[in-house]
Amino acid sequence: MSRKIISKETAETLAQKQREISVSEFFLKNRHLLGFDNPRKALLTTVKEAVDNALDACEEAGILPEISVQIEQIAERRFQVAVTDNGPGIVRAQIPKIFAKLLYGSKFHRLRMSRGQQGIGISAAGMYGQLTTGSATRILSRPASGRKAHLMEVHIDTRKNAPVILKDEEIDWRPEFPALDTEGRAPKGPIYYNHGTCVTIEMEASYQRGRLSVDEYLKQCAIVNPHLQLHYRLRLLKNDRNAGPGVTTAREAGAQSAEDDGWQHVAFRRGTKDLPPPPREIKPHPHGVELGLLMQMLKDTRSRTLRGMLAEDFSRVTAATALQICERAGLSPKANPVRIAHQECEALYKAIQETKLMRPPTDCLSPIGEEAIIAGLKKEVGADFYTAVTRPPTVYRGNPFQIEVGLAYARPGESAELGAEEPARVMRFANRVPLLHMAGACAVTEAVTGVNWKNYGLVQPKGGLPLGPLVILVHMASVWVPFTSESKEAIAHYPEIIREMTVALQECGRRLSLYLNRRRREAEARRKRDYIQLYIPHLALGLREILRLGERDEKVIIAKLIKMLEKTHLDV
Amino acid sequence: MRKHSNSEAPGWMSASRQSAAEKILQVTMAIYEDIVKRNRKPYMRFPVRSLANVKYDPKRGHFEILGKMATRTLSYNTVKTFAQCVRLLATTKNDLLDKGDIASKREVYYNSKSWGECRFDEQPESDTLLDDIEAMLGVNREQLGYIPDERGGEVCGPLIVIDRDPATGQEIRIDCTKLGTGAWSIPSQVEHLRFQTKAKFVLVVETTSLFGRLVHHRYYETADCILISMSGVPTRACRRFVRRLSDDQRLPVLAFTDGDPYGYCNIYRTLKVGSGQAAHINRYFCVPQARYLGVTPWDIKDYQLEDATHPLEEVDIKRAKDALKNDPFVRHHKEWQDALNLMLSLGVRVEQQAFAKHGLNFVLETYLPEKLKKRQFLP
Repeated sequence: MSRKIISKETAETLAQKQREISVSEFFLKNRHLLGFDNPRKALLTTVKEAVDNALDACEEAGILPEISVQIEQIAERRFQVAVTDNGPGIVRAQIPKIFAKLLYGSKFHRLRMSRGQQGIGISAAGMYGQLTTGSATRILSRPASGRKAHLMEVHIDTRKNAPVILKDEEIDWRPEFPALDTEGRAPKGPIYYNHGTCVTIEMEASYQRGRLSVDEYLKQCAIVNPHLQLHYRLRLLKNDRNAGPGVTTAREAGAQSAEDDGWQHVAFRRGTKDLPPPPREIKPHPHGVELGLLMQMLKDTRSRTLRGMLAEDFSRVTAATALQICERAGLSPKANPVRIAHQECEALYKAIQETKLMRPPTDCLSPIGEEAIIAGLKKEVGADFYTAVTRPPTVYRGNPFQIEVGLAYARPGESAELGAEEPARVMRFANRVPLLHMAGACAVTEAVTGVNWKNYGLVQPKGGLPLGPLVILVHMASVWVPFTSESKEAIAHYPEIIREMTVALQECGRRLSLYLNRRRREAEARRKRDYIQLYIPHLALGLREILRLGERDEKVIIAKLIKMLEKTHLDV
Repeated sequence: MRKHSNSEAPGWMSASRQSAAEKILQVTMAIYEDIVKRNRKPYMRFPVRSLANVKYDPKRGHFEILGKMATRTLSYNTVKTFAQCVRLLATTKNDLLDKGDIASKREVYYNSKSWGECRFDEQPESDTLLDDIEAMLGVNREQLGYIPDERGGEVCGPLIVIDRDPATGQEIRIDCTKLGTGAWSIPSQVEHLRFQTKAKFVLVVETTSLFGRLVHHRYYETADCILISMSGVPTRACRRFVRRLSDDQRLPVLAFTDGDPYGYCNIYRTLKVGSGQAAHINRYFCVPQARYLGVTPWDIKDYQLEDATHPLEEVDIKRAKDALKNDPFVRHHKEWQDALNLMLSLGVRVEQQAFAKHGLNFVLETYLPEKLKKRQFLP
């Protein structure tokens, strides 16, 4: 078959058309990859990226985070989002790059647990705002060291993936947060910090309540970050007022809501003053490194011997274990790593897999912790039973990770939020970031539906989520969370990860079934007690009528009989 | 009221009303003392009311109760029944015995509807409990003032029953040949009745339809007998009536039922020796002199009824096997074992009406006369 050629291109003419594609241009065309596929999601993604960055910054600087999220509807499809934090601030020179250059950040090049990973999110949000409204990203930042704050407005040059500075001033500004009333005492004036950052983005968006809303995101944030104090302010245009966050979240335990001048204010109070311990950066663990990566590492190493390379570039490999690996692979410890990379890499790879090694260091991970998960759930989810399991860290593809599961079960019919007949609400988290979208594609969903909840006394349709008034929280902490896409919405299906989730879910399930059994026993005892107390008076009445007893006798009989029967029939 | 019911109550019953009340007092006092003085769960003891707890006494001719006792101790499981039982005792003593009143089982069931959650949901519950109380106290329910709901059976034939007007006490003579197209119903209490008859025997039949045929054709004149219809298992009153009539007038009693295990083991057996459920009172409510006329399994062949039979159903087979194994009456009489075994091997049952195969009146023109002539009755 011959192709029909319309115009004849030569290598030279083609070359004229070939040019570098900037990352910014790529993402401009593929904004769904970053979570900006529709106006509703764009609003959520923007809030999410800003809050994630604020939390990371605060924790890295050892500051107890206080964050305010302010959303204002300024036209029907136009919103202004402002996120303020009390973080360490950003030095002037970095501001444009952080907020107006894609793939710029501190987190991509290291193996360290953090919320953000690639350095795309917040600049993508700014770019989206620029694209949909033409307005600039406005940043106010005050480092603790400075006396004044920087005010900058930046655009992104999408061709060059470079910032364009539109405004650069020094002003007096301090981050300001409303005070919360403590134990009934009226709040004093607003609270100011000497350091912090505020980013404001105007964008085309739409606000909607529900499972995929900003409200839900912030609530889940408050659950897994009990050390966070969060203020949420929302003002919608008049015709949209009824959809405010106060309506959904006001009922919940920790949240306080109020309204003034059209602003609805919800506060998620801090539950603990303990910051999570700071995670540490680590080197890769040998068991997680694939053949190709091993080759690359051998080529790139600065060590001159194989033994040195193994001990230097990996975690958990001592000089002795390095020697052991070399022996097992039948390679000389003094061999040149670069030569090995080309010729005997496979033998080395096999030897590494066969050698027993210590687990990767775990202090690089900062799990929420069982107590904090329970505290967070108690704070934001009204229920009767709470439990949490933090698994010991383990490894997928050389990356240490740790799975945590929390579970809250309300008494059926007692929770306005959790229906007794509805599927369990699954809350997914990666490095303390709530994942709202793409539940179906997430490893968490696979793990939760894969557990046989019938064993633990719940109803579960085949292959589905268990039914009941419960919340299941699954958190994956890792130096590198494998997401299925750049918008970071679903965790990839690594068998190691799913296995850990399953084990943790099963442990929570066992505890739930103990609780349910106890409750069932109590209900049974209550039923029996009621039954006994229903008929004993009749027995006494009959005796009284026949033997012509007095009222006191009748009461004695009732009391004695109830005592006798309860003693033998109620094992409480 | 008191006077009225006293006058109706027959001698041996009214005398025992007092003792029944005292027995109730005894039983409840024991319960009271268990609770208050001995500090333990009260219990009730009563004879086991089942075939397993009776023996057939051939000399006396009826089922005698054995000593097996069941104990109902108050517990979570029995608390409702226990309470109902005590309340039923209270009603019996205060409303019936003390006031000299009477009540039917159905009335007692409805009476309990005022007990709130302690009420009986279905009549069988109160009936069973009444039987328990009867057995526990060792008296029959008539002594407690309970009258049966069901009718006792119907009588027709050359018999004059001497009854009394319940209001005036005046004597009433009932000629059971002068009842037109109907028949005389046996009352629930029969102890006060007296009889005059010149009949030669009593023929007790199971079904009303056959009874109707015999009455219609004035068979009682032809055979010179008193006809009684039982309509199924004979009631206590019916058994007592037949017994008194037979004793008083020295009349033999012949039974004519369907030829199936129910007719043999339930209807005839109960008529003759009493029931397993109420063995403690059988000595009054049985007719030991009764003999069985038919339909026997042998009649099937003798009267060419093979094509007028029905296959035995599972319940029939079970009933027959159960009787062969457990019924002390059947186990005592070889003839009945033979009859049941033959029926099982034939695998069929035969109804009284089957004789209609040979003509509607074959039963009274041929079958009954032949059987009476042969005098080969089952015990």
